[in-house]
Amino acid sequence: MAHGHGHGPVENPIYGMIAEFETPDELVEAATKTTGAGYKKADAYSPFPIHGLAEALPDATDDRIPWFAFFGGLTGCMLGFGLQYFISVIDYPMNVGGKPLNTWPQFLPITFECTVLCTGLTTFISQWALNGLPRLHHPVFNAPNFERASQDRFFLCIESADAKYEPNETAAFLQGLGAVNVSEVARQ
Amino acid sequence: MATEPMSGKRTRLIPENFINNEHDYESITDTIARVVLNPRPPLVWFFMTGIGFIGLNVMLMAITWLILRGTGVWGNNQPTGWAWDIINFVWWIGIGHAGTLISAILLLMRQSWRNSINRFAEAMTIFAVMCAGLYPLLHTGRPWCDYWLFPYPNILGMWPQTRSPLEWDVFAVSTYFTVSVLFWYLGLVPDIATLRDRSQSLWAKVLYGAASLGWRGSAKHWFRYEQATNILAGISAPLVLSVHTIVSFDFAVGIVPGWHTTIFPPYFVAGAVFAGFAMVLTFGLPLRALYGLKDFITEKHLDWMAKITLATGLIVFYGYILEMFYGWYSGNVYELSLVNHRLFGPYKWFYYALIFCNGLWPQALWSAKLRRNVPFLFVTSIVIGIGMWLERFVIIPMSLTRDFLTSSWGYYSPTIWDWMLFLGTMGFFTFLMFMFIKVLPFINIFEMRDLLHKNHHTFGHSHETHEEEAH
Repeated sequence: MAHGHGHGPVENPIYGMIAEFETPDELVEAATKTTGAGYKKADAYSPFPIHGLAEALPDATDDRIPWFAFFGGLTGCMLGFGLQYFISVIDYPMNVGGKPLNTWPQFLPITFECTVLCTGLTTFISQWALNGLPRLHHPVFNAPNFERASQDRFFLCIESADAKYEPNETAAFLQGLGAVNVSEVARQ
Repeated sequence: MATEPMSGKRTRLIPENFINNEHDYESITDTIARVVLNPRPPLVWFFMTGIGFIGLNVMLMAITWLILRGTGVWGNNQPTGWAWDIINFVWWIGIGHAGTLISAILLLMRQSWRNSINRFAEAMTIFAVMCAGLYPLLHTGRPWCDYWLFPYPNILGMWPQTRSPLEWDVFAVSTYFTVSVLFWYLGLVPDIATLRDRSQSLWAKVLYGAASLGWRGSAKHWFRYEQATNILAGISAPLVLSVHTIVSFDFAVGIVPGWHTTIFPPYFVAGAVFAGFAMVLTFGLPLRALYGLKDFITEKHLDWMAKITLATGLIVFYGYILEMFYGWYSGNVYELSLVNHRLFGPYKWFYYALIFCNGLWPQALWSAKLRRNVPFLFVTSIVIGIGMWLERFVIIPMSLTRDFLTSSWGYYSPTIWDWMLFLGTMGFFTFLMFMFIKVLPFINIFEMRDLLHKNHHTFGHSHETHEEEAH
């Protein structure tokens, strides 16, 4: 078996150590203890979003999406208004009884719709991009029983890339958290 | 004032349980996924899909004939330039709105009872918008030129008129459709991953695997996922209001008698939710019985949906009363004569039927007993669907056939092609809904698991978790 620290040109053939839990509450507790024990690279897998789980894990929260969405929306807003201004004032001005060309109140509905459209698209795309999905395969799918991570089981994986990762110690640590099953996950 | 605190009733504020009987994560997953993964759907499914397929073909025939011969095959005439095409557009898009209301607005309000009805309501939204979009696209007369609706640099040297509510519609409806699809698909991905992991056949594994985008339920992903869901819900809520507001502007910005009123936007939005909840009941009630999902779509759900229907129905009824009031209060002879036309003109029975369907019949929902009576709710939902269609009929051809000049008065009646297209889109909608039910879970599985988890925290653990604690 390769040594725990996955440095150097050869990738560690072991992705990490995974523990299986039966309830979401056990998983959150395990995640808290993992962070407390000083592990830095770990992830949890659950069949539904569990509040407080990402916060309990080391470095699992990410607040970029709201910012992407905000700036996406702002861009859409400016594009939407700019488009109508360009059409009605610059490129195709029509003098209708001397009425103003920049009739901005009438431009608001389309400006609003463009804002919403761009916010939605940015949110959707950035969600997948930041998650690194779509992705054909991931080592964690090699874990035994992992098909139940999308159904009724709860998993916690400490990755071999973690500086504190040591197969025997990590396995014992995870056993101590009340896992029903602990196993190594092969990368291939 | 009574000094004693209100007793009994107030305990209602404590969170309620929206899952009947004992369930665990596995039984929830199994009950819902079975609908999809069972190799043989129930006979009723074949029957309904078959009817929908026939309807779909009727629609295609109607469209083909329309394109071959032009919009003259419809009953539209001068002065009734807008008729069934716009009635049905507004009707369908209104039906779609309940889906967004359930999925977005109720999500933001933390109404967890929505979890079991949001998925198929969202699917309804998408399919209803598809049906709705067909009508204005065909009504242009030259549907192959419909891309002219979008502003793009072109050699015609022309732009669409962005000051027109009709152009606003283009943006509103296309944005609405896009965002609804994104929201729906985002919600589906974790459930598709469940199907990927449960399916036995290779084809199902490959197709669900591809559609699940490699979802693995990582906590880091769920964190971003929830952010994205909340943002999409946050923008969908004003979006859905804007869409029907803009649809109502198609009328309210015009000066035709009966259209030019400020009540239109809120009255249209309420009408849309009213019709949409009715449609959720029309589909939800049979599906719930057919697939044995009464544990998830409980009587409480029916009761609350009926309450929303009643509430929005009252707003709509208020709108009808105000329309009469405006006619009188405006002191405008044309508005007054329109009121007269509605009450005593050639279409008066449509108006009375409208008041009966949308104004009087839904009042029965004040009764708690009837709100939980499934056959009655089903009939009510159909009555409301008809009523909301009549509402648009009352608004559109009635006003157009009686405007300012006697010389431009007229009469409208539909042709067989109007009927075929309308019934055809119903078939199309039914076909899509039943296809959807067969290939994707029509109740959101992961949100039901989440609801169960929250129930454990609220009501204490169920017996299966006690067993685990015992060992």
